[in-house]
Amino acid sequence: MSAPIIKIDGISKSFGTFKVLDGLSMQVMPGEKLALIGPSGSGKTTILRILMTLERIDSGHIQVDGEQLYHMERNGRLLTADERHLAKMRQKIGMVFQLFNLFPHKCVIDNVTLAPMLTKAMPRAAAEKRAMELLDMVGMVDKAKAMPAQLSGGQKQRVAIARALALSPKIMLFDEVTSALDPELVDEVLNVMRKLAAETDMTMLLVTHEMGFAHDFADRVLFFDRGRIVEEGKPDEIFRHPKQERTQGFLKKIIAAGHRV
Amino acid sequence: MTQWSGYFGLILQGALVTIELTLMGSVLALIMAFLAGLGRLSRFFVLRALATAYIEFFRGTSIFVQLFWAYFVLPFAGISLTPLQAGVLALGLNVGAYAAEVVRGAIKSIGREQYEACTALNLGRWQAMRHIILPQALLVMLPTFGNNAIELLKATAVVSLISLADLTFQAQVVRSQTGNTLVPFSTILVIYFVLALLISWGVRSLERRMARGLDGVRV
Ligand SMILES: Nc1ncnc2c1ncn2[C@@H]1O[C@H](COP(=O)(O)OP(=O)(O)OP(=O)(O)O)[C@@H](O)[C@H]1O
Ligand SMILES: [Mg+2]
Repeated sequence: MSAPIIKIDGISKSFGTFKVLDGLSMQVMPGEKLALIGPSGSGKTTILRILMTLERIDSGHIQVDGEQLYHMERNGRLLTADERHLAKMRQKIGMVFQLFNLFPHKCVIDNVTLAPMLTKAMPRAAAEKRAMELLDMVGMVDKAKAMPAQLSGGQKQRVAIARALALSPKIMLFDEVTSALDPELVDEVLNVMRKLAAETDMTMLLVTHEMGFAHDFADRVLFFDRGRIVEEGKPDEIFRHPKQERTQGFLKKIIAAGHRV
Repeated sequence: MTQWSGYFGLILQGALVTIELTLMGSVLALIMAFLAGLGRLSRFFVLRALATAYIEFFRGTSIFVQLFWAYFVLPFAGISLTPLQAGVLALGLNVGAYAAEVVRGAIKSIGREQYEACTALNLGRWQAMRHIILPQALLVMLPTFGNNAIELLKATAVVSLISLADLTFQAQVVRSQTGNTLVPFSTILVIYFVLALLISWGVRSLERRMARGLDGVRV
Protein backbone atom coordinates (compact mmCIF):
# COMPACT_ATOMS: atom_id res chain seq x y z
CA MET A 1 0.00 0.00 0.00
CA SER A 2 1.54 3.28 -1.09
CA ALA A 3 1.29 6.59 0.73
CA PRO A 4 -1.53 9.02 -0.01
CA ILE A 5 -0.72 11.71 -2.56
CA ILE A 6 -3.00 14.19 -0.82
CA LYS A 7 -3.34 14.27 2.93
CA ILE A 8 -5.65 16.89 4.36
CA ASP A 9 -5.34 17.16 8.09
CA GLY A 10 -7.83 19.13 10.14
CA ILE A 11 -8.14 22.19 7.91
CA SER A 12 -10.49 25.07 8.66
CA LYS A 13 -11.52 27.92 6.44
CA SER A 14 -13.83 30.85 7.08
CA PHE A 15 -15.10 33.60 4.85
CA GLY A 16 -15.70 36.42 7.29
CA THR A 17 -17.66 34.90 10.13
CA PHE A 18 -18.91 32.03 8.01
CA LYS A 19 -17.00 28.82 8.65
CA VAL A 20 -17.01 26.84 5.41
CA LEU A 21 -14.62 24.08 6.47
CA ASP A 22 -14.25 23.08 10.10
CA GLY A 23 -11.47 20.64 10.84
CA LEU A 24 -11.80 18.67 7.62
CA SER A 25 -9.53 15.66 7.11
CA MET A 26 -9.33 13.40 4.07
CA GLN A 27 -6.82 11.47 2.01
CA VAL A 28 -6.47 10.66 -1.65
CA MET A 29 -4.37 7.81 -3.01
CA PRO A 30 -2.13 8.18 -6.08
CA GLY A 31 -4.09 7.52 -9.25
CA GLU A 32 -7.38 7.59 -7.46
CA LYS A 33 -10.43 9.08 -9.17
CA LEU A 34 -12.43 10.85 -6.51
CA ALA A 35 -15.84 12.42 -6.89
CA LEU A 36 -16.96 15.13 -4.46
CA ILE A 37 -20.71 15.56 -4.34
CA GLY A 38 -23.08 17.44 -2.09
CA PRO A 39 -25.53 20.31 -1.88
CA SER A 40 -24.71 23.81 -3.02
CA GLY A 41 -22.58 25.73 -0.57
CA SER A 42 -21.21 22.62 1.15
CA GLY A 43 -17.61 23.65 0.44
CA LYS A 44 -16.68 21.41 -2.51
CA THR A 45 -15.29 24.21 -4.65
CA THR A 46 -13.51 25.67 -1.66
CA ILE A 47 -11.58 22.43 -1.15
CA LEU A 48 -10.38 22.40 -4.76
CA ARG A 49 -9.49 26.09 -4.62
CA ILE A 50 -7.48 25.52 -1.46
CA LEU A 51 -5.57 22.69 -3.13
CA MET A 52 -4.86 24.97 -6.12
CA THR A 53 -3.63 27.68 -3.68
CA LEU A 54 -6.34 30.07 -4.85
CA GLU A 55 -7.59 30.28 -1.28
CA ARG A 56 -5.57 30.08 1.95
CA ILE A 57 -6.45 27.93 4.95
CA ASP A 58 -6.91 29.33 8.44
CA SER A 59 -5.52 26.28 10.22
CA GLY A 60 -4.56 22.67 9.67
CA HIS A 61 -2.10 21.02 7.32
CA ILE A 62 -2.13 19.72 3.79
CA GLN A 63 0.45 17.36 2.38
CA VAL A 64 0.74 16.93 -1.36
CA ASP A 65 3.04 14.31 -2.84
CA GLY A 66 4.99 14.00 0.39
CA GLU A 67 5.47 17.72 1.00
CA GLN A 68 3.60 20.34 2.97
CA LEU A 69 1.52 22.59 0.71
CA TYR A 70 1.16 25.67 2.89
CA HIS A 71 4.17 25.13 5.08
CA MET A 72 7.83 24.54 4.50
CA GLU A 73 10.36 22.92 6.72
CA ARG A 74 13.38 25.03 7.62
CA ASN A 75 15.82 23.66 10.20
CA GLY A 76 13.18 21.35 11.55
CA ARG A 77 10.60 24.11 11.96
CA LEU A 78 7.40 24.51 9.99
CA LEU A 79 7.09 27.97 8.47
CA THR A 80 4.36 29.47 6.35
CA ALA A 81 5.11 28.72 2.71
CA ASP A 82 6.54 31.56 0.64
CA GLU A 83 5.72 32.22 -2.99
CA ARG A 84 8.62 30.09 -4.18
CA HIS A 85 7.48 27.08 -2.23
CA LEU A 86 3.92 27.54 -3.49
CA ALA A 87 5.19 27.75 -7.07
CA LYS A 88 7.04 24.48 -6.61
CA MET A 89 3.95 22.80 -5.17
CA ARG A 90 1.70 24.13 -7.94
CA GLN A 91 3.73 22.15 -10.47
CA LYS A 92 2.09 19.02 -9.08
CA ILE A 93 -1.47 20.28 -9.49
CA GLY A 94 -3.64 21.45 -12.37
CA MET A 95 -7.18 22.76 -12.35
CA VAL A 96 -10.03 23.05 -14.81
CA PHE A 97 -12.65 25.69 -14.04
CA GLN A 98 -16.39 25.76 -14.43
CA LEU A 99 -16.17 28.79 -16.77
CA PHE A 100 -13.05 27.59 -18.65
CA ASN A 101 -11.01 30.77 -17.94
CA LEU A 102 -9.26 30.61 -21.30
CA PHE A 103 -7.09 33.57 -22.29
CA PRO A 104 -9.34 35.36 -24.81
CA HIS A 105 -6.51 37.21 -26.57
CA LYS A 106 -4.56 34.08 -27.39
CA CYS A 107 -5.41 31.42 -29.96
CA VAL A 108 -6.05 27.85 -28.86
CA ILE A 109 -2.53 26.55 -29.29
CA ASP A 110 -1.00 29.60 -27.59
CA ASN A 111 -3.32 29.05 -24.64
CA VAL A 112 -1.83 25.57 -24.34
CA THR A 113 1.85 26.38 -24.96
CA LEU A 114 2.10 29.55 -22.87
CA ALA A 115 2.61 28.04 -19.42
CA PRO A 116 5.09 25.29 -20.43
CA MET A 117 7.18 27.87 -22.29
CA LEU A 118 7.13 30.35 -19.42
CA THR A 119 7.30 28.12 -16.37
CA LYS A 120 9.33 25.20 -17.69
CA ALA A 121 11.41 27.09 -20.25
CA MET A 122 10.23 24.61 -22.86
CA PRO A 123 11.32 25.62 -26.39
CA ARG A 124 8.44 26.69 -28.64
CA ALA A 125 8.80 23.74 -31.02
CA ALA A 126 8.65 21.19 -28.23
CA ALA A 127 5.77 23.00 -26.53
CA GLU A 128 3.79 23.09 -29.78
CA LYS A 129 4.42 19.45 -30.51
CA ARG A 130 3.15 18.50 -27.07
CA ALA A 131 0.22 20.91 -27.41
CA MET A 132 -0.81 19.29 -30.69
CA GLU A 133 -0.73 15.84 -29.06
CA LEU A 134 -2.95 17.10 -26.27
CA LEU A 135 -5.29 18.92 -28.65
CA ASP A 136 -5.51 15.68 -30.60
CA MET A 137 -6.48 13.84 -27.44
CA VAL A 138 -9.29 16.31 -26.72
CA GLY A 139 -10.31 16.40 -30.40
CA MET A 140 -9.39 20.04 -31.01
CA VAL A 141 -6.50 19.82 -33.48
CA ASP A 142 -8.38 21.49 -36.31
CA LYS A 143 -9.13 24.48 -34.07
CA ALA A 144 -5.52 25.02 -33.00
CA LYS A 145 -5.40 28.46 -34.61
CA ALA A 146 -8.91 29.55 -33.60
CA MET A 147 -9.55 32.20 -30.97
CA PRO A 148 -11.49 31.15 -27.85
CA ALA A 149 -14.43 33.40 -28.78
CA GLN A 150 -14.94 31.30 -31.92
CA LEU A 151 -15.45 28.09 -29.93
CA SER A 152 -18.51 26.51 -28.34
CA GLY A 153 -18.55 25.98 -24.58
CA GLY A 154 -17.71 22.31 -24.92
CA GLN A 155 -14.80 23.11 -27.20
CA LYS A 156 -13.53 25.77 -24.81
CA GLN A 157 -13.62 23.34 -21.94
CA ARG A 158 -11.71 20.71 -23.93
CA VAL A 159 -9.03 23.30 -24.70
CA ALA A 160 -8.93 24.24 -21.01
CA ILE A 161 -8.33 20.57 -20.15
CA ALA A 162 -5.50 20.36 -22.69
CA ARG A 163 -4.03 23.58 -21.28
CA ALA A 164 -3.96 22.18 -17.75
CA LEU A 165 -2.52 18.86 -18.96
CA ALA A 166 0.32 20.61 -20.80
CA LEU A 167 2.11 21.10 -17.48
CA SER A 168 1.87 17.34 -16.75
CA PRO A 169 0.50 17.68 -13.23
CA LYS A 170 0.23 14.60 -11.03
CA ILE A 171 -3.12 15.78 -9.71
CA MET A 172 -5.97 17.31 -11.70
CA LEU A 173 -8.87 19.18 -10.13
CA PHE A 174 -12.14 19.51 -12.03
CA ASP A 175 -14.74 21.92 -10.64
CA GLU A 176 -18.13 21.31 -12.23
CA VAL A 177 -16.53 21.42 -15.63
CA THR A 178 -19.78 20.67 -17.47
CA SER A 179 -22.28 22.70 -15.51
CA ALA A 180 -21.93 25.83 -17.68
CA LEU A 181 -22.51 23.83 -20.87
CA ASP A 182 -25.62 23.27 -22.95
CA PRO A 183 -26.86 19.72 -22.31
CA GLU A 184 -25.89 18.49 -25.78
CA LEU A 185 -22.28 19.59 -25.21
CA VAL A 186 -21.80 17.83 -21.88
CA ASP A 187 -20.92 14.44 -23.31
CA GLU A 188 -18.01 15.62 -25.46
CA VAL A 189 -16.30 16.90 -22.32
CA LEU A 190 -17.14 13.88 -20.21
CA ASN A 191 -15.79 11.61 -22.96
CA VAL A 192 -12.48 13.42 -22.81
CA MET A 193 -12.36 12.88 -19.08
CA ARG A 194 -13.19 9.19 -19.43
CA LYS A 195 -10.35 8.88 -21.90
CA LEU A 196 -8.03 10.72 -19.55
CA ALA A 197 -8.95 8.42 -16.70
CA ALA A 198 -8.39 5.34 -18.85
CA GLU A 199 -5.12 6.44 -20.45
CA THR A 200 -3.28 8.06 -17.54
CA ASP A 201 -2.58 7.28 -13.92
CA MET A 202 -3.20 10.86 -12.86
CA THR A 203 -4.97 11.49 -9.59
CA MET A 204 -8.26 13.19 -10.36
CA LEU A 205 -10.60 15.09 -8.03
CA LEU A 206 -13.94 15.89 -9.48
CA VAL A 207 -16.67 18.13 -8.16
CA THR A 208 -19.83 17.39 -10.07
CA HIS A 209 -23.58 17.33 -10.14
CA GLU A 210 -23.51 14.71 -12.93
CA MET A 211 -24.27 11.75 -10.71
CA GLY A 212 -24.32 9.25 -13.56
CA PHE A 213 -20.87 10.27 -14.61
CA ALA A 214 -19.56 10.29 -11.03
CA HIS A 215 -20.90 6.76 -10.64
CA ASP A 216 -19.04 5.43 -13.70
CA PHE A 217 -15.94 7.53 -13.32
CA ALA A 218 -15.04 7.52 -9.66
CA ASP A 219 -13.24 4.93 -7.56
CA ARG A 220 -14.61 6.60 -4.47
CA VAL A 221 -17.32 9.16 -3.76
CA LEU A 222 -17.36 11.68 -0.92
CA PHE A 223 -20.67 13.20 0.08
CA PHE A 224 -20.25 16.63 1.64
CA ASP A 225 -22.63 18.68 3.66
CA ARG A 226 -21.78 21.90 5.46
CA GLY A 227 -18.06 21.43 5.06
CA ARG A 228 -18.00 17.91 6.45
CA ILE A 229 -17.77 14.49 4.87
CA VAL A 230 -21.08 12.91 5.78
CA GLU A 231 -20.53 9.67 3.94
CA GLU A 232 -17.95 8.11 1.69
CA GLY A 233 -17.58 4.88 -0.19
CA LYS A 234 -17.55 3.12 -3.52
CA PRO A 235 -19.95 4.66 -6.07
CA ASP A 236 -22.34 1.72 -5.81
CA GLU A 237 -22.55 2.03 -2.03
CA ILE A 238 -23.18 5.77 -2.12
CA PHE A 239 -25.57 5.88 -5.06
CA ARG A 240 -27.45 2.58 -4.55
CA HIS A 241 -27.30 2.08 -0.83
CA PRO A 242 -26.65 5.40 0.92
CA LYS A 243 -26.61 4.88 4.68
CA GLN A 244 -26.95 8.44 5.89
CA GLU A 245 -30.28 10.17 5.84
CA ARG A 246 -28.76 13.34 4.42
CA THR A 247 -27.17 11.46 1.55
CA GLN A 248 -30.47 9.77 0.79
CA GLY A 249 -32.29 13.08 0.86
CA PHE A 250 -29.74 14.74 -1.41
CA LEU A 251 -29.84 11.94 -3.98
CA LYS A 252 -33.61 11.90 -3.96
CA LYS A 253 -33.68 15.62 -4.69
CA ILE A 254 -31.10 15.28 -7.45
CA ILE A 255 -33.08 12.48 -9.13
CA ALA A 256 -36.29 14.46 -8.79
CA ALA A 257 -34.49 17.32 -10.55
CA GLY A 258 -34.01 15.04 -13.53
CA HIS A 259 -30.41 13.95 -13.08
CA ARG A 260 -29.58 10.40 -14.08
CA VAL A 261 -27.92 8.23 -11.42
CA MET B 1 0.22 87.23 -51.74
CA THR B 2 3.90 86.21 -51.39
CA GLN B 3 3.82 87.90 -48.03
CA TRP B 4 0.94 85.63 -46.92
CA SER B 5 2.70 82.49 -48.13
CA GLY B 6 5.64 83.49 -45.93
CA TYR B 7 3.30 83.72 -43.00
CA PHE B 8 1.82 80.30 -43.82
CA GLY B 9 5.38 78.99 -43.85
CA LEU B 10 5.75 80.25 -40.28
CA ILE B 11 2.56 78.55 -39.24
CA LEU B 12 3.63 75.26 -40.85
CA GLN B 13 6.91 75.45 -38.93
CA GLY B 14 4.82 75.96 -35.82
CA ALA B 15 2.73 72.93 -36.73
CA LEU B 16 5.87 70.80 -36.90
CA VAL B 17 6.90 71.97 -33.42
CA THR B 18 3.43 71.18 -32.08
CA ILE B 19 3.55 67.71 -33.64
CA GLU B 20 7.01 67.11 -32.23
CA LEU B 21 5.87 68.20 -28.76
CA THR B 22 2.77 66.04 -28.96
CA LEU B 23 4.68 62.94 -30.03
CA MET B 24 7.49 63.30 -27.51
CA GLY B 25 5.12 64.35 -24.74
CA SER B 26 2.92 61.33 -25.46
CA VAL B 27 5.86 58.96 -25.26
CA LEU B 28 6.87 60.37 -21.88
CA ALA B 29 3.23 60.35 -20.73
CA LEU B 30 2.90 56.70 -21.76
CA ILE B 31 6.02 55.71 -19.84
CA MET B 32 4.90 57.63 -16.75
CA ALA B 33 1.38 56.19 -17.05
CA PHE B 34 2.64 52.61 -16.92
CA LEU B 35 5.22 53.29 -14.20
CA ALA B 36 2.75 55.09 -11.96
CA GLY B 37 -0.26 52.95 -12.89
CA LEU B 38 1.58 49.72 -12.07
CA GLY B 39 3.16 51.44 -9.07
CA ARG B 40 -0.26 52.13 -7.62
CA LEU B 41 -1.08 48.44 -7.85
CA SER B 42 2.22 47.32 -6.36
CA ARG B 43 2.49 45.12 -3.29
CA PHE B 44 5.12 47.49 -1.93
CA PHE B 45 3.96 50.44 0.11
CA VAL B 46 6.82 52.69 -0.98
CA LEU B 47 6.02 52.22 -4.66
CA ARG B 48 2.32 52.80 -4.06
CA ALA B 49 3.07 55.96 -2.08
CA LEU B 50 5.45 57.32 -4.72
CA ALA B 51 2.99 56.65 -7.52
CA THR B 52 0.10 58.20 -5.61
CA ALA B 53 2.14 61.29 -4.73
CA TYR B 54 3.13 61.77 -8.36
CA ILE B 55 -0.41 61.35 -9.67
CA GLU B 56 -2.03 63.61 -7.09
CA PHE B 57 0.60 66.30 -7.45
CA PHE B 58 0.49 66.55 -11.22
CA ARG B 59 -3.28 66.34 -11.42
CA GLY B 60 -3.67 68.84 -8.62
CA THR B 61 -1.50 71.63 -9.99
CA SER B 62 -1.90 73.37 -13.31
CA ILE B 63 0.10 72.52 -16.40
CA PHE B 64 0.87 76.20 -16.68
CA VAL B 65 2.65 76.32 -13.33
CA GLN B 66 4.39 73.01 -14.00
CA LEU B 67 5.78 74.36 -17.26
CA PHE B 68 7.08 77.52 -15.60
CA TRP B 69 8.72 75.42 -12.94
CA ALA B 70 10.39 73.22 -15.51
CA TYR B 71 11.68 76.18 -17.48
CA PHE B 72 12.33 78.96 -14.95
CA VAL B 73 12.78 77.25 -11.57
CA LEU B 74 14.74 74.09 -12.39
CA PRO B 75 17.76 76.17 -13.55
CA PHE B 76 18.18 77.28 -9.92
CA ALA B 77 18.64 73.59 -9.10
CA GLY B 78 21.29 73.42 -11.79
CA ILE B 79 19.02 71.84 -14.41
CA SER B 80 18.67 74.03 -17.47
CA LEU B 81 16.28 72.80 -20.09
CA THR B 82 15.61 74.06 -23.59
CA PRO B 83 12.04 75.27 -24.13
CA LEU B 84 11.31 72.05 -26.05
CA GLN B 85 12.69 69.86 -23.25
CA ALA B 86 10.78 71.80 -20.61
CA GLY B 87 7.60 71.54 -22.70
CA VAL B 88 7.94 67.77 -23.21
CA LEU B 89 8.70 67.27 -19.52
CA ALA B 90 5.74 69.28 -18.25
CA LEU B 91 3.28 67.87 -20.78
CA GLY B 92 4.48 64.27 -20.37
CA LEU B 93 4.38 64.37 -16.57
CA ASN B 94 1.04 66.14 -16.48
CA VAL B 95 -0.83 63.93 -18.94
CA GLY B 96 1.03 60.85 -17.64
CA ALA B 97 -0.60 61.42 -14.25
CA TYR B 98 -4.08 61.26 -15.78
CA ALA B 99 -3.17 58.29 -17.97
CA ALA B 100 -1.75 56.42 -14.95
CA GLU B 101 -5.27 56.25 -13.55
CA VAL B 102 -6.41 54.85 -16.90
CA VAL B 103 -3.75 52.13 -16.69
CA ARG B 104 -4.75 51.28 -13.15
CA GLY B 105 -8.47 51.19 -13.93
CA ALA B 106 -7.96 49.02 -17.02
CA ILE B 107 -5.84 46.50 -15.14
CA LYS B 108 -8.42 46.32 -12.37
CA SER B 109 -11.17 45.74 -14.92
CA ILE B 110 -9.68 42.37 -15.92
CA GLY B 111 -11.65 39.66 -14.17
CA ARG B 112 -10.38 37.65 -11.23
CA GLU B 113 -10.80 34.44 -13.22
CA GLN B 114 -7.93 35.47 -15.50
CA TYR B 115 -5.62 35.85 -12.51
CA GLU B 116 -6.79 32.52 -11.15
CA ALA B 117 -6.09 30.77 -14.44
CA CYS B 118 -2.58 32.23 -14.25
CA THR B 119 -2.09 30.91 -10.72
CA ALA B 120 -3.41 27.48 -11.72
CA LEU B 121 -0.89 27.47 -14.57
CA ASN B 122 1.81 28.52 -12.13
CA LEU B 123 2.71 31.77 -13.91
CA GLY B 124 4.61 34.25 -11.76
CA ARG B 125 3.11 37.64 -10.93
CA TRP B 126 5.08 39.47 -13.57
CA GLN B 127 4.56 36.73 -16.20
CA ALA B 128 0.82 36.91 -15.63
CA MET B 129 0.86 40.71 -15.87
CA ARG B 130 3.03 40.78 -18.98
CA HIS B 131 1.39 38.00 -21.00
CA ILE B 132 -2.21 37.84 -19.80
CA ILE B 133 -3.38 40.92 -17.93
CA LEU B 134 -1.65 43.82 -19.71
CA PRO B 135 -2.45 42.71 -23.27
CA GLN B 136 -6.14 42.56 -22.36
CA ALA B 137 -6.01 45.74 -20.31
CA LEU B 138 -4.31 47.60 -23.15
CA LEU B 139 -7.43 47.25 -25.23
CA VAL B 140 -9.46 48.81 -22.44
CA MET B 141 -6.96 51.68 -22.11
CA LEU B 142 -6.71 52.58 -25.78
CA PRO B 143 -9.83 54.73 -26.28
CA THR B 144 -9.05 56.81 -23.18
CA PHE B 145 -5.41 57.05 -24.20
CA GLY B 146 -6.71 58.60 -27.42
CA ASN B 147 -8.53 61.24 -25.38
CA ASN B 148 -5.42 61.82 -23.28
CA ALA B 149 -3.32 62.35 -26.40
CA ILE B 150 -5.81 64.90 -27.71
CA GLU B 151 -5.74 66.69 -24.34
CA LEU B 152 -1.97 66.73 -24.62
CA LEU B 153 -2.13 68.16 -28.14
CA LYS B 154 -4.38 70.98 -26.95
CA ALA B 155 -2.20 71.63 -23.92
CA THR B 156 0.89 72.11 -26.10
CA ALA B 157 -0.35 75.67 -26.71
CA VAL B 158 0.93 76.70 -23.28
CA VAL B 159 4.55 76.28 -24.41
CA SER B 160 4.18 79.45 -26.48
CA LEU B 161 4.41 81.18 -23.08
CA ILE B 162 8.03 80.13 -22.73
CA SER B 163 8.63 81.35 -26.31
CA LEU B 164 8.74 77.96 -27.99
CA ALA B 165 7.64 78.58 -31.57
CA ASP B 166 4.68 76.22 -31.77
CA LEU B 167 1.43 76.76 -33.69
CA THR B 168 -0.05 79.19 -31.21
CA PHE B 169 3.20 81.16 -30.93
CA GLN B 170 3.49 81.52 -34.70
CA ALA B 171 -0.13 82.60 -34.99
CA GLN B 172 0.63 85.40 -32.57
CA VAL B 173 3.72 86.35 -34.57
CA VAL B 174 1.64 86.55 -37.72
CA ARG B 175 -1.02 88.53 -35.95
CA SER B 176 1.41 91.10 -34.58
CA GLN B 177 3.09 91.47 -37.96
CA THR B 178 -0.06 91.72 -40.08
CA GLY B 179 -2.55 93.09 -37.60
CA ASN B 180 -4.92 90.35 -38.82
CA THR B 181 -6.33 88.04 -36.17
CA LEU B 182 -8.95 86.12 -38.11
CA VAL B 183 -6.73 84.46 -40.70
CA PRO B 184 -3.88 83.09 -38.53
CA PHE B 185 -6.14 81.94 -35.72
CA SER B 186 -8.67 80.33 -38.09
CA THR B 187 -5.78 78.53 -39.76
CA ILE B 188 -4.39 77.11 -36.54
CA LEU B 189 -7.89 76.21 -35.38
CA VAL B 190 -8.23 74.00 -38.44
CA ILE B 191 -4.75 72.54 -38.01
CA TYR B 192 -5.34 71.63 -34.34
CA PHE B 193 -8.63 70.06 -35.33
CA VAL B 194 -7.07 68.02 -38.13
CA LEU B 195 -4.29 66.82 -35.82
CA ALA B 196 -6.87 65.74 -33.24
CA LEU B 197 -8.79 63.88 -35.94
CA LEU B 198 -5.59 62.12 -36.96
CA ILE B 199 -5.02 60.98 -33.38
CA SER B 200 -8.60 59.69 -33.07
CA TRP B 201 -8.33 57.88 -36.33
CA GLY B 202 -4.94 56.36 -35.48
CA VAL B 203 -6.09 55.14 -32.08
CA ARG B 204 -9.29 53.72 -33.50
CA SER B 205 -7.52 51.72 -36.18
CA LEU B 206 -5.02 50.45 -33.62
CA GLU B 207 -7.93 49.40 -31.45
CA ARG B 208 -9.59 47.56 -34.31
CA ARG B 209 -6.35 45.75 -35.08
CA MET B 210 -5.83 44.67 -31.51
CA ALA B 211 -9.41 43.60 -30.95
CA ARG B 212 -9.32 41.28 -33.94
CA GLY B 213 -10.42 37.77 -33.00
CA LEU B 214 -11.54 38.71 -29.49
CA ASP B 215 -15.18 38.98 -30.45
CA GLY B 216 -15.50 35.69 -32.26
CA VAL B 217 -15.50 37.15 -35.75
CA ARG B 218 -13.40 35.14 -38.16
CA VAL B 219 -9.90 36.54 -38.41
N1 LIG C 1 -14.80 34.29 -1.65
C1 LIG C 1 -15.83 34.02 -0.86
N2 LIG C 1 -16.30 34.96 0.00
C2 LIG C 1 -17.34 34.70 0.83
N3 LIG C 1 -17.99 33.52 0.86
C3 LIG C 1 -17.57 32.55 0.05
C4 LIG C 1 -16.47 32.75 -0.86
N4 LIG C 1 -16.28 31.60 -1.55
C5 LIG C 1 -17.22 30.74 -1.10
N5 LIG C 1 -17.98 31.29 -0.14
C6 LIG C 1 -19.08 30.64 0.58
O1 LIG C 1 -18.59 29.42 1.08
C7 LIG C 1 -19.58 28.40 0.99
C8 LIG C 1 -19.01 27.21 0.24
O2 LIG C 1 -18.79 27.58 -1.07
P1 LIG C 1 -18.32 26.56 -2.19
O3 LIG C 1 -18.21 27.35 -3.42
O4 LIG C 1 -17.14 25.84 -1.72
O5 LIG C 1 -19.56 25.57 -2.26
P2 LIG C 1 -19.85 24.41 -3.29
O6 LIG C 1 -20.01 23.19 -2.50
O7 LIG C 1 -18.84 24.41 -4.37
O8 LIG C 1 -21.26 24.83 -3.86
P3 LIG C 1 -21.85 24.75 -5.35
O9 LIG C 1 -22.34 23.36 -5.54
O10 LIG C 1 -22.95 25.75 -5.35
O11 LIG C 1 -20.73 25.11 -6.28
C9 LIG C 1 -20.77 29.03 0.32
O12 LIG C 1 -21.72 29.36 1.30
C10 LIG C 1 -20.23 30.28 -0.31
O13 LIG C 1 -21.20 31.28 -0.34
MG1 LIG D 1 -18.85 24.86 -6.42
